[in-house]
This record gives sequence, C-alpha cells and structure tokens, in this order.
Amino acid sequence: MPMKKIFSKPASLKDAPFHYCPGCGHSIAHRLLCEAFDELDIRGIAIGVPPAGCAVLAYNYLDVDMIESAHGRGPAVATGIKRMLPDRVVFSYQGDGDLAAIGIAESFHAANRGENISVFFINNAVYGMTGGQMAPTTTMGQRTTTSPLGRSKELEGHPVQVCELFSHLRGTTYIERCAVNTPANILKTKKAILKSLQYQIDKRGFTLVEILSPCPTNWKMSPVEACKWISDVMTKEFPLGVMKDIPSAQQKKGVDAHEQ
Amino acid sequence: MTEKVLMSGNHIIGEAAIRAGCRFYAGYPITPQNELCEYMSEHIREQEGGVFIQSESEIAAVNMVEGAASTGARAMTSSSSPGISLKQEGISFLAACEIPALIVNIMRGGPGLGNIRPSQGDYFQATRGGGHGDYRTIVLAPATCQEMADLTMDAFDLADRYRTPVMLLADGMMGQMMEPVVFKEPKPRDYPDMFMLRGAGGGKSHFIRGLLLDQLEEEEHNWKLARKYAIIEQRETRCEYFQTEDADVVIVAYGTSARVAKGAIKRLRPMGMKVGLFRPITLWPFPMNELRKLSEKTKYFLDFEMSLGQMIDDVRLALQGYADIGFFGRPGGVVPTPVELANIIEQRYFKNNGPEKRG
Amino acid sequence: MSSKTIFSGFGGQGVLMMGYSLAHSAMSTGYHTTYLPSYGAEMRGGTANCTIAIAEEEIASPISSEPDYLVVMNTPSLYSFQNKLTSGGLMFLNASIIDARPSRQDIEVYAVPCGEIAEGLGDIRAANIVMMGAFLRKTALVTLDTYLKSLETIMGSKKRKAMETNTKALAAGYELLKTS
Repeated sequence: MPMKKIFSKPASLKDAPFHYCPGCGHSIAHRLLCEAFDELDIRGIAIGVPPAGCAVLAYNYLDVDMIESAHGRGPAVATGIKRMLPDRVVFSYQGDGDLAAIGIAESFHAANRGENISVFFINNAVYGMTGGQMAPTTTMGQRTTTSPLGRSKELEGHPVQVCELFSHLRGTTYIERCAVNTPANILKTKKAILKSLQYQIDKRGFTLVEILSPCPTNWKMSPVEACKWISDVMTKEFPLGVMKDIPSAQQKKGVDAHEQ
Repeated sequence: MTEKVLMSGNHIIGEAAIRAGCRFYAGYPITPQNELCEYMSEHIREQEGGVFIQSESEIAAVNMVEGAASTGARAMTSSSSPGISLKQEGISFLAACEIPALIVNIMRGGPGLGNIRPSQGDYFQATRGGGHGDYRTIVLAPATCQEMADLTMDAFDLADRYRTPVMLLADGMMGQMMEPVVFKEPKPRDYPDMFMLRGAGGGKSHFIRGLLLDQLEEEEHNWKLARKYAIIEQRETRCEYFQTEDADVVIVAYGTSARVAKGAIKRLRPMGMKVGLFRPITLWPFPMNELRKLSEKTKYFLDFEMSLGQMIDDVRLALQGYADIGFFGRPGGVVPTPVELANIIEQRYFKNNGPEKRG
Repeated sequence: MSSKTIFSGFGGQGVLMMGYSLAHSAMSTGYHTTYLPSYGAEMRGGTANCTIAIAEEEIASPISSEPDYLVVMNTPSLYSFQNKLTSGGLMFLNASIIDARPSRQDIEVYAVPCGEIAEGLGDIRAANIVMMGAFLRKTALVTLDTYLKSLETIMGSKKRKAMETNTKALAAGYELLKTS
C-alpha cells in the first residue's frame, strides 16, 4: 500500500530553519499564516510588513513580498502599500512593544481609518529580542529584567488590552484574541487568520488577530510550563475570544462600516 | 498649462509634484507649509489612484511614504523644521532600503518649537543625513518660485535615478510668497519594475530591508551606498554664479538669503564695489570644486545665512587655505534686509580691498 | 521701474485680494513680481497684510522694510506701518473708517472714503476695489484695462455681477483722485 502524505510544509513557507528559540510561538504563527496563504491562494498578491523584534527576519521564512518597517510603524507602511495597491493582501506582523508601545499611534490610527489591512499581533508579555524587558502587555506582578519586583499598577500601570481597546474604534470590523499554546487554540488561531485575510479580500476594513504566544526563554520556563502559563495567567489578563465581528449584512447597512 | 501663473511656493511644489507623477502624499499640518498639505488634499485625489492622507504624525507620514514608494509609486511628504526632526527615522530607513521619495522642508525658526518665521537653521540636519547611520540625502535649495517648480520635478527624477530620498529645502518665505511660474514638461519616468514591491505573483518573492545583522554584510551595504554617493557628488552638483567674473568679494548664500544677497549686490555695484554671489543649488552634494575654482580670482568670500553659520563648514572645506572667509548671519527667523547686508559687505570690502591690499 | 507696496487692514476687507490682483496684473504686464502675505499666528488676530514687489528686473527680496506705497484699510494698520513708508512715499488711507491721520509731513496722503463710495454703488464689499482705483490713479503701476482683466481671471467667469460692480468701483476710485 503506497504511503499517503498527510502533513507537509506549506508552499508559502520557505525551506529555512527557524532562528526562534525552542518553544517559541512565532514559528507556529508563521506556519499558520503560510497555511492560510496557501488555502486562500494569495501568496502571489500578499505583501507583508514584519516588525522590529524577534520576528524581524520573518522575510526569511514567509515566501511572500515583504518590506521592513521601523519599530512600530508597520501599520503606516502597510497603509502606504495598500492605498497604492488596493487589490493586494497587505498585512503587518507585530509584537507587543511594536504595536502597543512605540507604535500605538500608527496602529490606533490605521484601525481608526479602517485601513483594509490585516494586523497579526503576537503578544508574549515581554520584549523578547532585547532580552526579556517589560512590555506594555506584561501581566500584573510579572517579573521581567526591567520590572524585577514584578509589574505593579503604581509604578508601571496596567497591561494594555489591545483587542478591547481597538474594538471601540469604528473603523475596525473583526478583532479576535487567540493563543498558540494548545492544539485546539492553534486551530482556532488558524481560523482567525483565515477570517481576517478573507475580510480583507472582501474589502471589509481593519481586522486584528492577537495571538498569545509562549516565550519560554524570557519567561524562564520550559516550553510546557510556558504553554500552561498562558492558560493559567495570561488569559486572565487577556481573555480569549472574538471581541468584535460585524456581520457583513450589518456592515453593508453602514453600521460601523468601512466603506471601501 | 504652459502659460505663466501666479502661485505660492507651497502650491507650486504640490502642482509640480502632481505633474511629475506623484500619486501619494501623506503629511501633518505645520506652519508654514500647511498650504502644500491643503493643495495635495484637493488636487492629488483628482488624479487616478491619487492618495492623500492626513497622517496622525510626521513619523507615520514618512513611513506611509516608505510603503507607497516601495510599490513603485512616486510619493512624498512635507513638513517644517520640528516635523522634519520627527521624520528622520523614516528618512534613514528610506536611505538604507534605497527607496526613492521626496521630503519637503519649509524651514522655520528653531531650535525647539522656535517660531514660524523663515529660517535656514536645518542645513546641518539636511545635508549631514539627519537621521542615524552613514547616509546622505540629496538636498535641493530653490531660491525662486520657478525653481521650486523645476526642482520639485527634478527631485523625483534624482530620487528614482539614485534610489534615495531627496529633500527640497526651502523656508517659510519661499513657501508663502507668490511669483509667476511656468511649469515645465516633466520627463517620462524611468524606474525599473524590479525595485517595485507588488506581490510575488507566480515567481520568487522579494523583500526590502535595511537590517543586515552580519557586520561585514552591513559594511558592504554601506560601501555600496558610499559608491553611489560618490557618483552623486561627481555628477549632480548645481550652482548659480551671479556677477562673479570680476568680483573682489563673493557672497556665498542659498535660498532666501541668496535673494537678499542679490539685493545687496545691486546696491553695492553702482557704488563701485565689485561684489558677486555664488549660490549653491544642491546643498548636498555641495558644489565644492566650483566654489574653490572661484578662489583663483577672488580672495574674499562672505558666507551669508539665516542661521548661526552651518553652510560655512562646507564653504571652509572648499576654500580654507585658498581664500579668506567671513560670515554674516541672523538666526531665529530673521530675514536680513539687503541694506543690512550691503552695510556689512561695505565694511569688509574696504578692509579686504583697501589701497594697501590692492597695491 | 521698481516698487514695493504694502497693503494692510483686517481680515474680510479684501486686503490680500488687493495685493494678489495687483501682482497678477503686474505679471500680465510682463514685470517681475512677488507677493508675500502675512501668515501664521499673526493671521489669527484678524489682521492681514501683504507686500507686493514689482520690477523690470529680477526681484531680490520680497520683503519691504521701506515701501514706496502703503495702503491702510484700518486704524491699527495705520499705526503699524506709517513709519515704514519711505520718505516721499504715497499713503492711501481708508477714510471711511480711519479718523486719525499720519503725523509725518514727508509723505503724500490720500484719504479715500472707499466704504461710502462702494456703498453708493450698492456693495460695500467693493471698497477694496475702489481703493485700488485710487491707488492705480496715483501709482500707475499697471493700466486699468490690465488690472480689470486680471480681476476677471482671478474671479472666474461665473461672478459676472460682482465683476460689473468691480468695474464701476475701480472707475469711481480712479475718478475720485483725478478730479480732486
């Protein structure tokens, strides 16, 4: 009986070994994105903007056109691309510092303008590439190299809840928070990515998928502990689920609509 | 429209840019360049595919320009001094990623918030790169409204040819004043598809980046840029000579201050003082050799700027050891009058060309 | 021929329009010209002024520290600019709303009741054009014909009614100083 191939590398994923740490969520997110490109058959029209941060080298893995952006400016660069090429599928891939700290203005206003782009937001509660400093999404009490006593609301303030915040902006159409810490959550993340890209193809405006992602190295945990920490701690600060999803019929009537 | 029209500098830049094929503008209002922003909001959208975005910040604007220009579109942003400081990050990225774009700086008084009067205090920032890293930006300095039109079009051609950001450096007076202008026919665009990011299609994917973690690779990238800059320095210098043939004193000034200098010369010449003007049109590359050549005949040069003296560094590089160099400047948004400058020159003229020196 | 003029007044009096139309007609005549408006914060206070340079040769500075002609449309402008006017220069003063007169003896002052005249023609908004008539009578910087053509170009063909009023207003201002 001939063997049947049931699992392989997505065609949109380059044949290159990931530089990410063992147990890092970026590799999973990359793979999910590439599967989505394949399934929607958009590899040839996708243009991505990777962030400054651990995923800065995303163009070494995603086999689509990409352009580097300054730290936090991804949604501005993506705006420029999308406005000139409205029929391409344009996405930014951003970390928590990139989106919610240095680039909050660019992200917020791209969302508010209802730019027809997809934002994939990797939240791992620390600054990974620079060595585990506090992020805007570092959880309360979490120790990092710049919050050695644990994050406190008096000194550092509360973690930024990006999905909740952006849901209030009328330019946004679909916002969901997912995680890549369990097989079930990974499948949900894949669906969310597909939905976001499909919404863009349908010209429905700004969509954002937040992905809670393990960073065992900077959390100083094993990969298994890190996945568990997402369930036990992170999801308490950042509840999973669909924060906003405007049905297309309602959008057509002009409620919270992005008119393209 | 080839007839003469009366327009303000800010509007002229916008019109010339659109005629040159600019189809993307992003910017943030700041005096004294708001009229350019407003002009683009109305007129670039009249073009097919033309996009205007009033961005949330100067930083966002220049990064939107990076995105738009990366697709192969002609794109620009504009601002005035404090806003240009914010754009430096993006300009550095444009230079690193070799993306053509136009950045307009309608300078105002500084440092800090300063004021909104015409100034030339951003010469260093403009000509030395401005942002981080080893790079240069081509800097064009118009002195008339006609030149604002011509140089805006030329700026896009230069940006394409060398795949580099180009800055048009003028000041509040140039932006606000009106003069008759005739728009020339723009050159047909010549920019290869291979540099445009438009999706991989069925082929190989591309990426545009400035990040080169391997220091030897980054070094090679820097040398590559340096070779390009060397070619620009050889080929692209521009300047104007005004009554320099017989001059005992040559004023070196650009933009608005060059206009003031011409006014001073017109007062001094009838009094028998042989004074001329050397006006750099490209501030980078600075017309170093052209200026040095003048020292064969002229032995005193007066650098004149609406700043504490910034271009004087380049003037010194050109003339140190060849001629005497003086300086007169008014910083902070003051435009000196031709009479004021004429008085200064008069004093120095006889000091340097008195009977004993004329021998 | 080389001259500089400052037009000044408050927003709404058509001060910038006076300057712009003069520069436009100077351009049509074939002169070099520059128009430099006040801008930014000083506009917010409601005052407006602009400087027009007209010359047969290239114009160096569009700024004027010592204008040859000065048009003042309100009292604050009189005080702001009267001492800038060059000795022997001409001042045109909106006598309809300015009671004061300059103290200088070395200039020529023309008090033009441009408001009343414009009202007499049925449109107070034409006061600035009445003033232009008086201004052109004494300065002869451009011909009335050229000026009217510029005005027509600037206003566009749609405003035929306003153009009729402007033509009358210009003539009225011109005649006023001719006969006085």
